Parts: sequence; structure tokens; C-alpha cells
Amino acid sequence: MDKKPIVKIENVGQTFDTKQGRFVALRDINLEVSQGEVVSLIGHSGCGKSTLLNLISGLTTPSSGVLLCDGREIAGPGPERAVVFQNHSLLPWMTCFENVMLAVERVFGRKEGKAKLKARVADALEMVHMAHAMDKYPHEISGGMKQRVGIARAFAMEPHILLMDEPFGALDALTRASLQDELNGVMAKTGATVVMVTHDVDEAVLLSDRIVMMTNGPAATIGEIVEVKLDRPRDRLALAEDPKFAAYRATVFEFLYRKQLKKAA
Amino acid sequence: MSVVALKLAEAPAAPADADPAAAAPVATNVAANVAVPPAPTFESGPRPGERLRDVLRVVIPPIFGIALMIGIWALVAIKSGNIPGPDKTWNAALVLFSDPFYSNGPNDQGIGWNVLSSLQRVGIGFGFAALVGIPMGFILGRFAFMNRMFDPIISLLRPVSPLAWLPIGLLVFKRADPAATWTIFICSIWPMILNTAQGVQRVPQDYLNVARVLGLPETKIITKILFPAVLPYMLTGIRLSIGTAWLVIVAAEMLTGGVGIGFWVWDEWNNLKVEHIVIAIFVIGIVGLTLEQMLLLLAKRFTYESR
Repeated sequence: MDKKPIVKIENVGQTFDTKQGRFVALRDINLEVSQGEVVSLIGHSGCGKSTLLNLISGLTTPSSGVLLCDGREIAGPGPERAVVFQNHSLLPWMTCFENVMLAVERVFGRKEGKAKLKARVADALEMVHMAHAMDKYPHEISGGMKQRVGIARAFAMEPHILLMDEPFGALDALTRASLQDELNGVMAKTGATVVMVTHDVDEAVLLSDRIVMMTNGPAATIGEIVEVKLDRPRDRLALAEDPKFAAYRATVFEFLYRKQLKKAA
Repeated sequence: MSVVALKLAEAPAAPADADPAAAAPVATNVAANVAVPPAPTFESGPRPGERLRDVLRVVIPPIFGIALMIGIWALVAIKSGNIPGPDKTWNAALVLFSDPFYSNGPNDQGIGWNVLSSLQRVGIGFGFAALVGIPMGFILGRFAFMNRMFDPIISLLRPVSPLAWLPIGLLVFKRADPAATWTIFICSIWPMILNTAQGVQRVPQDYLNVARVLGLPETKIITKILFPAVLPYMLTGIRLSIGTAWLVIVAAEMLTGGVGIGFWVWDEWNNLKVEHIVIAIFVIGIVGLTLEQMLLLLAKRFTYESR
């Protein structure tokens, strides 16, 4: 089956003007993300994976090349490309409900009534098991819970593509594992298209259909792409024993720590 | 003042006498069950003795401070001869506060009326300053060009004592009352502009990114993101403004006359009622302290990150 591409990245490069002169962050990036696909970007820090994600989200514009979403050029951010930020970015003066509502209202407010919007918010929070904390403020819940609400906010917008910038990077290992499992469930349920930045190899293998491995910066580009052909739903415990899982893991490690070993800074 | 302090010191002492007796049987019960390890909840709760010590640690030093102040004051009063001592001031205060709201014409009114009319001037001058200063701060914070444009003007005018503006106010408004309000306006507006502008500049980029990703319209960005994010800074500006305004009003009223605590101080100086001046100093201090504390409470209510 030929799935239609949601995002197309063609010959994209990004340079920044710094005090030390021009800095080439990214060059010659070519990538297509198809409907329902989960792609993770992995690489050492400073390889420009977050820069690439910002380009897809439209928060920044490329110096060269073109990015397309649904066949149209990405000229700026938009709600069809929802972002889950690393630090959750919930507005502290709003309850969890209001935070999600802000997004839902923006996307569906014109077409749907108040009751329908409320139901959407409730469903999104229910999906990440945060319905009990609807009326809590972000400072009243834990870091993991905040990130769940951040994910709920993004999913509630029913975006064409979901962009995640190290969504679990700020969490402890146990919380991270439970959120990864939850995300896997939500992605399976919604059939979401996802591009995710991570520096966690296990996370990349566990969640992705494809792992895009980036070379070291400056002038970083896509080094290799691994297709992860593990059956879904994926079970963390079963996969731990699975030789295929170990092989994928080894491939990524091989790339990161042999081919692209970063000199200790 | 000293009477109040004594009562405060006595209050925590009373429960302390009763508590050890109440706590004693609990303590022996725990000792009898040697095998049972002490429950952590029992350990973490403050014991009566500790609580008393905490209260005393908070209460004792201020009492010493106030006692020292009154002591030095009494000493100075005895040495100088013409400065009224605490006892004389206290008696004068009792008379004064027995009828704070009398009115015998515009030049002889109770201390309550004087304080209220000063507060009214501060309120009006400050209100106008907020009306102009807060939108101005938003503009300066949002647009770098405007910020650079107004920077030299504000830098030049801010260090000027607001009293220097009083003659201009008298010239323009022809009357003393609006001129005093005008000086309050001038001294209140700078902290308001500068703090609001700083708040706008410091809105976390993450929140603005959320707004951009959601594609929120400008009105929503202002009401849902900018305004709440700037509010704590604005409240700091308001607090600084009110503090300065309360400092300035006394001096302005001394110059303009009429009804007001500053004028009253000057009037009592002309009547040579020095004990009333001392009372006025306390009243001004207490009102200023109250304003500050109220605004701090308000600011706490709207500070999100630290909660």
C-alpha cells in the first residue's frame, strides 16, 4: 500500500549568522514522512535534530530548500502540526482543562458547540489518564503528569502530524518508561503521524517505524535510516528478550558510538 | 505599642503550661511498647516545646527592637527637653484617636480625614499613572523601536524628584489639589512603565511558541498569555509606585497645604504640637506598611512559578 506523504523535506539547509561568522547547522536534508508513520530523529547533542523539528513546526524557516506539509509549503507554525515541547510548556495560570481547551477551542471552536468542545478536552485528558486532574493547575501536578497533559493538548488538536521535541527528556527513567508505553497506546489508537526527537536509543527503537540517524554537527545531515520492523503493539518486557529488538538497538548504537563517535568536549 | 507587645509575649506562654501535661501520657505509652519503633509521623510533628521555641524565635527579636527604639526615644526626650517622650505622645494619641473624624472647617480636621484625603490623592494620581503607564509599558516591551525611542526620555526624567514638577502642576492646574495629584502621577509612572516593559520582554519564549503553534489570534495572545505572564511584573511596578507615592505625598502636601497628612504635620509644627508630629510619623509608617503588605499579598496570589 502506497501511503501518502504528510511531510516532505527537500534539500533543506539551515545556517545561522553568529558573531564568529556563518554557522552551518544543517545541510542537504531530504526526508518524507508518510501517513501513520512514527519517525524518530536521533543523534548526538548539537547535531541539529531540534533545529530540524523546529523547521517542520514552522517556528523557524530554512535558509535553503523547501518543506512541504500536505503538499503546501510550510511558511509558519500552524495547528495542523502540533508540538509537544520538552518542558511541557503548559500555561501556569490555567488548569489542565483550560490548557487543553485553549488548543481545542482554537481548532474546533468555530464549527462545534461548547458541549462538544468540553467532551473533546475530557476525552483527550482521559486518554492520557489525567481526567482526575482536570481542574488542577500545572504547579500542583508532577513533571510526568504535566507532560501527559502536554501530550493530551497536542492530540486533542487532531493534528495531521505530531512533533515531539525530546518529550520525555526531563523525566526520570521509570516515569519515562510508563509514558512511552502510554504514548505507544495512544499512537496505535489514533493512527497518528509522529516525528520525534530523542537521544534515547531504547525509546527510538520502542516507538518508531523508522529511526533517522543524524551525523554530528556542524553541517549535520541524515547519516542512515533504520526501518524498525517490529510487530505492534509492542510490549516492553517481551521486546527485552527479542533478538530483533537487540539487533536494532545494536545498529543504532553502532552508528552513534562507532561511526559518529563524538570527541569528548 | 508596648502594651500590645506584652500581650503578644504572654499569649504563647499560656498553652505551653498546659501542653506538657497533655503530652506526658502519650510519651509513656510509646516508652512502654519498646518493641514498636517510633512512628515517623510522631517524630515529624513539632512537639509543644519546639513550637513554643519557634514562636518565641519569631516574636522575641521584634519586641527587643521596639523596646530599644522606645528606650532611645525616651532617653533623647529626657536629654533634649523639647522632644515629647513616649508617655506624652501616647496620651496625646489617645486624645487624638478618640475622635479622628471631626471637622471644624477646611483647616482643622481629624487625623482620619487627613489620612484619607492623602490616600485619595495617592489613589487618583496613581490611578492615572497606571492608566497611562501600563499600556505604555506594553508598547515599550513589545516594540524595540519604541523602547529605544523612549529610553533617553525616561532615563533623563526618572531621576528628577517629583517635587520639581509641582510648580508645573500649579501652573497648569491653577489649584493646589490637582498639582499634588500631578506629582504623584509623575513619581508613580516610571516604575509602572519600566516594570511592565520588563515583564513583557521576559515572557518565556515557550509560551509564545505555544501561541504560535496554536495560531492564536492577537487578542487571545494578549488576554491569555501576555497579560497573565506580565501581571507579576506589573504588580511589582505597582508596589514600587505606591511606595514612592506615599513618600512623596507628605512632602507635596507640606508645600501645597489643604487637607492631608503632610499638611497636618506642617500645621502641627506651626502650632508647636511636636507630639502630634511624632504620632504622624507613626501613622504614615503604619499606612505605608499596610499598603506594601496588601500589595505583596496580591502579588503572591498572582505569582505562578513559585507556587
